Order: sequence, then C-alpha cells, then structure tokens
Amino acid sequence: MGATLTEKIIAKNAGKKKVSPGEIVTVSPDRILSHDNTAAIIKHFRKLGVEKVIAPEKLVIVLDHVVPAATETYAVNHKEIRRFVDEQEIRNFFDAGCGICHQVLPEEGFAVPGTLIVGADSHTTTYGAFGAFSTGVGRSEIAVTWATDEIWLRVPESYKIVINGELPPGVTSKDVILKIIGEIGADGALYKAVEFAGPVVDRMTIAGRMVLSNMAMEMGAKNGIIAPDETAAKWLFKHGVSNFEALCPDDDASYEKVLEFNLGDLVPQIAFPHTVDNVKPIDEAEGIKVDQVLLGTCTNGRFEDLYLAAQILKGKKVAPGVRMLLFPASRNVYSQALKNGLMEIFADAGVIIMNPGCGPCLGAHEGILAPGEVCLSTANRNFKGRMGSTDSEIYLASPAVAAASAITGKITDPIIFM
Amino acid sequence: MIKGKIHKFGDDINTDVIFPGKYTYSISDPKEMAKHAMENLDPEFAEKAVKGDVIVAGKNFGCGSSREQAATCLKYAGIEAIIACSFSRIFFRNAINNAILAIVSKEVYDFCVDGEPIIVYPERGVIQVRGKEYNFPKLSPDIMGILKDGGLIEHTKKKLSK
Repeated sequence: MGATLTEKIIAKNAGKKKVSPGEIVTVSPDRILSHDNTAAIIKHFRKLGVEKVIAPEKLVIVLDHVVPAATETYAVNHKEIRRFVDEQEIRNFFDAGCGICHQVLPEEGFAVPGTLIVGADSHTTTYGAFGAFSTGVGRSEIAVTWATDEIWLRVPESYKIVINGELPPGVTSKDVILKIIGEIGADGALYKAVEFAGPVVDRMTIAGRMVLSNMAMEMGAKNGIIAPDETAAKWLFKHGVSNFEALCPDDDASYEKVLEFNLGDLVPQIAFPHTVDNVKPIDEAEGIKVDQVLLGTCTNGRFEDLYLAAQILKGKKVAPGVRMLLFPASRNVYSQALKNGLMEIFADAGVIIMNPGCGPCLGAHEGILAPGEVCLSTANRNFKGRMGSTDSEIYLASPAVAAASAITGKITDPIIFM
Repeated sequence: MIKGKIHKFGDDINTDVIFPGKYTYSISDPKEMAKHAMENLDPEFAEKAVKGDVIVAGKNFGCGSSREQAATCLKYAGIEAIIACSFSRIFFRNAINNAILAIVSKEVYDFCVDGEPIIVYPERGVIQVRGKEYNFPKLSPDIMGILKDGGLIEHTKKKLSK
C-alpha cells in the first residue's frame, strides 16, 4: 500500500520509512511561524528556563494582526517582540507593514514543497497549496518547540477531495471551498489530512489554491495539501525556491474517504451568519443590505483578488452608506496593485485603502462593526461577534461578490457587472 | 477526581464565542481572561462557573482560531474537564496543554442535564452522571504527565531541568 502526500512528508521529517494513520511521531519542523502572539509565546518560553531558541534560523515572525499598533498595549507587545528578535538573532522577522504572515511566508520562499511547517495560527494550513505539510498549534506548543526543536504529531487519516468540471465566469476558488464546506460541514474533515485534486485544482492559480488550503481549516482539517506541479514550481522559482524534493502521493495511497465534487454549474456561494458551513447559493442572499464590505485577509487579499474586484469597480462608485475596506495581503501585493493601476480604480470608486495586515477580520481594529450592522467579507470566518458587536452579522463571499455588493449596497451576483 | 456541575453547550462552539478575538492581544493575565470566558455566548458564564466544573458539549468543540486563551480562560474560570462529542484538533491540544482533561463521549452529552452534578475520575477513566457510570479510554502516561504537572509549560520545564 502506498502513502498519501501527508504521510510521506511526516515520515520523511520523522526519519521513518513509513508512517500510518493514528501513529504518534515526533518531528522537527522546518519552519516555526508566529505573529503578534509572539509576545505571549515569549512569556511562555521564559518560564521554561531556557536561555536560547535552539534553531533561530527556523523561526519566521511576522507582525500582522494589529498593525500599526492600535493601543499602547499592542505597541508594548510589538516592542517586546523586536527586542526578542534582536536578542535571539532571529533573521526572518517581518515588521508591521510587510503583510499577513500567510502571504509573506510564501513570498519570502519559506513555503517549500515537502517540508513541515507549524505555526501559532490556525490558518497555517495555507502552505499546503505548495505541497508542504503545515498546521496550526497553540502558543505553549510553539514555546516548547522553540526550546526543544521538537513537537509530537498524530499521523492523520487522509481524505481526498476531487474537484471536477470547469468553473463558470464569476465563480472563484472561494465559491468552490464554501460549497464544499457547506456540503460536508464545519467538522466534515475533523483531524483529517485533506488532499485537494482534480481538473479544477490543476487549472487553479497559486492564489486560488491558497484559498482552498487556507479554508481547509474551516472543515476541521489538520492540513489541506495539494501536490506540487508546474504551476507551483514556476511560482516558487519566481520567489527564489528552486531546490526542493517534490513529493507526490502514490497512486495506490490509502484514503479514508474520497469525495468528488462536480462544480461545472457552480454559482457564487455565500456563508450566512454565524458559521462557515451555513452556505447558500447567491440567489438566496441577493438583496441583503450591507453596511461594510471587507476585501482582503489571508484568504482573499492577493493580487488576483484585487484585480478581479477592480475590474468590477472600474468606473463605478461604492454605494452611499457603504464602507468598503481594502487590505492588500502584503506590501508586494500593494505595490503590484499600485503599478497596475488598481489602486487608482479603488480610490476613484471610494474604497478605503488600508495598510497590509489582518485588519478587522478578528475584531481588533480598523473597521469594527456596531450592533445591527452587516458586513460582507472575503475572510474565512463569520463567527458571532468576531468583527465587533455580537449583534452584528458577517457574510462570507468571493472578492467578485464583495465588489459587486459594494456598488449596489446589497449582496449581489457579480455576473451583472461582467 | 473532578467534582462539579455541568455547563452544557451545543455543537460547533467556536473560539470567538469562548474568548473573543478583540481580547487576544490585549489581555495577558489568565485571571482577567477568565472574566471573559464564553462571553459571546453566555455573558454570565464566568460568574456561574466554579472550580471543578465540567463543560459538556456537542460536536467540534473549540473550532476556529488556534488561540490558546480559549483553553486558558476556561481553566481559570474553574473548568477542569470538557466532555464533547468531538473536538477541534487545535483546541484539543490546547486543552491538554492547559491541564484541562478533554474527553470524547457522545453518550454523556446525550444523557446529561445542564446544571446537574458530575464526577470524573481521570486515572480510572470513569465519568459518573445521573447515577450512571461511563468509561473513557485511559490517557497515555505522557498526557497524564502534562495534566498532573499543570500543563505543557510546567511539564516541559520539569523535563528539561532533569
């Protein structure tokens, strides 16, 4: 019996020929990610009685969650992180303004196929798009990993999700993943390694694949991986990664489940409040009034997302009474959007252009919702109270739906603008 | 032995209702965290919970963010065990790492009643509720070690100092 991609990567890292689902193995991650929560991790690390991080070259620290600092408390945390970075000689530190960790880490060439990445963030699953095994853990575990260079993992059972068909115009990878989560539920892949495959995935850009891997988390998965191909290799080469072992699943690999989706007639999908699996086709959402539209986040703040939204917004205006916020996922994305004229389109349309970062996605700053307000967001979570008042509502959708809805002031199928 | 009353919740209880994101980088004192436990779901939870209490919940408990405060705030609110039909995987690890016993049991969820007493014997793998006994698989020595030492940090500190 062959091995799945996830099994191969875990076995390689653990120094074993083969691993089986359910087995507990100790691994030494290739990269260890943390963000603003590094301040809290430092506190845990200090309690361990260890002076130095064992492998500082493995750490990647990106300040993105509340940047620039919204309050003195955040500012003190950031300062403490900068001090620690100097003290421990951590080379891979990306300060406020560089972007969201899940965009910066791949852009900097750290999302290498076949490697094992852990992060103090649930959406660490994103690097699966490059054929890496990557998963989120808590702060204590990151502190212990800094101190010991080890972490235990339970080898997950694998699900294969095969996506067939050809997506209609105006339908994106966000609609694909919302559709799948809506079908299988928020715990539909709990503890599982999810491997995405099929013609739709093969044709997807890296940005599109990153949406799938990012939101694998929202079906409970441990990781969401895609076998690296020519598309991945080209993207990686552009970002300085050319030397890697491109592991692929064996043809006779054993999957606990194989789920097939035929999405040739898919329409834009909307996740209604307050769970990500409360998904309905757009015709059931059309006409719902929105107060705020959020374009960005680690799910949908990439150049192609901005490009898609700009094509719809070009020559149009954000509806009166609606605030549309744009957060490019990274400084590179910002700069690319600027050079390609997208920022002019957004500015002319009345979009509030913000700095690269997580923005209001987790409810800390830069666009908090009042009671009774509705936000259409391109993010990955719509939990009650996440973006502010517990009496506010978040609908999740693609960048195309976000742009169309900003123009009309209500949830709108982007097809009318295409 | 863990002895207290049951706080019963439904399915898909996520980390944003357990510990709102707006506090994740502004509150660092665990006692302060405890005051906001379950705030977006039951604002009176922190008042009602006492040491030894047990949460019993439906499927996918703790889904969402990796924020460990979701476990820490419950621990400091007094919760010593969580029994759920299933757990989100990051929360499951965080619970153990914060010395909260995490047990999977659909039977207990189906049978128990909010506010009633419950007793859990971690070493024996037994839960007593409404005059009935339920068994759960005994924990591995490693997991038991983390729980006994009061969490992963204390446990690792002990190991490293040996």
